[in-house]
Amino acid sequence: MDTTKIMIEDLDLYYGQFHALKDMSLKINKNEITAFIGPSGCGKSTLLKSLNRMNDLVEGCKITGKVTLDDEDIYRNMDVNLLRKRVGMVFQKPNPFPMSVYDNVAYGPRTHGIRSKAKLDAIVEDALRKAAIWDELKDRMKKSALGLSGGQQQRLCIARALAVQPEVLLMDEPTSALDPISTTKIEELAMELKEEYTIVMVTHNMQQATRISDKTVFFLLGEIIEAGKTDELFSMPQDKRTEDYITGRFG
Amino acid sequence: MAKYKEKAMEYVFLATACISILAVALICFFLFANGVPAMKEIGFADFLLGVEWRPSNDVYGIFPMILGSIYVTAGAIVIGVPIGLLTAVFMARYCPAKLYKIFKPGIELLAGIPSVVYGFFGMVVIVPFIRQNVGGNGSSIMAASVLLGLMILPTVISQSEASIRAVPESYYEGSLALGATHERSVFCSILPAAKSGIFAGIILGIGRAIGETMAVIMVAGNQARMPQGILQGVRTLTANIVIEMGYAQGLHREALIATGVVLFVFILIINLSFSIVKMRGERT
Repeated sequence: MDTTKIMIEDLDLYYGQFHALKDMSLKINKNEITAFIGPSGCGKSTLLKSLNRMNDLVEGCKITGKVTLDDEDIYRNMDVNLLRKRVGMVFQKPNPFPMSVYDNVAYGPRTHGIRSKAKLDAIVEDALRKAAIWDELKDRMKKSALGLSGGQQQRLCIARALAVQPEVLLMDEPTSALDPISTTKIEELAMELKEEYTIVMVTHNMQQATRISDKTVFFLLGEIIEAGKTDELFSMPQDKRTEDYITGRFG
Repeated sequence: MAKYKEKAMEYVFLATACISILAVALICFFLFANGVPAMKEIGFADFLLGVEWRPSNDVYGIFPMILGSIYVTAGAIVIGVPIGLLTAVFMARYCPAKLYKIFKPGIELLAGIPSVVYGFFGMVVIVPFIRQNVGGNGSSIMAASVLLGLMILPTVISQSEASIRAVPESYYEGSLALGATHERSVFCSILPAAKSGIFAGIILGIGRAIGETMAVIMVAGNQARMPQGILQGVRTLTANIVIEMGYAQGLHREALIATGVVLFVFILIINLSFSIVKMRGERT
């Protein structure tokens, strides 16, 4: 059985004159957590944003090469809104909308045309349960999401992303703004979610990558240096630069 | 020495700041000292709720003018707010940079046009247009509403645009990432986040509309009677004062000042709601 969910082939990305991603090729497997690691400015977030075309918003951004989702080319014959429904995203800083908890989670389904109250209720509950935050929030559905703690906000954002029933979940340093306890919760959550979803996570934290990811990709200066099974990449890096980075010699 | 200089300058700044406060206090004092006794003489209820304004018979009821002000202001809101709000959305989230360079100064210019010029435009364009295409003699609530609607546009647009721009980009991105279109992201995630600023803009617009005098006089017909319909003439509080102040004497003159008191109270209420809305916006 083919386990490939996303295939990146010969991808180059330019911000104006700046060559941000250089000739990248990568295979991302279904039902796995793939971690992107590397120093700041190495292109890991940029590649992540290329997977749901959030880079379209950046002026002067030019992309060549091919990215496929289940063998469909996402840059050519795919509606971008449909793509983003299939490939959800969780941002570095929790960004709940300034509305109630319920409306936050229901925003996505409503966007995609679900109006029935009963259906919405079911989706909201299901998404909040999957994000392991239902018990904390079930009595606060009408309260503003901005009153939640940072960790709760981030899990709410995960629930919001899950509510549109995506296939892939992109997470851009989802725990970098959170305390250690919230971080643990998000990590446990990610490991549960990979049963159902394909997860790609950018992280600054190498321990995090070793703790939860199946596969790790090391980036440096806009290039993919090495990609492989997490335990192998950390125990026996093939490239000198990977070894230098994971042993803390730079970064 | 430098320290004394600094201290002295501090007092200079304080003194200049006091000038505006003093002006407000003096205006307040003058208005209330002259207006309130007149109201008492006429009778508060007779003055505020009386439907007849006949100075020659010493009958001073300003209810028609209160209603007149409320009607034309409401009309201005109905016309100005939807146009202004949608323009602000366009300016902040749709407008290409090249077009923006033309639109923005254009809207700022709209704010700088003297009201008598607006009034002239109303007399020459809006009033005849209504007379020929809608009915009545043209000078009407409708003409005043349309004209005031235009006049509050710059206020509504610039306030709304600023508050739309102040919404963090992360809301917009969060919405897009859920598969929402640009339109839905703008109207369902950005606008709700900007609503307190937008309301503040609308309230400022109301303040401008209710206080406007010259332009309204030139298009509203100014009959001192209960408003009869949208195509009939109407007199506002401001118009009432300006039209009759030139020749008024005695109680008549004081009744006009009392009209100013009522207007002043309106403005106070509007400013108060503006502060409250703004404060609420800052808290969330």
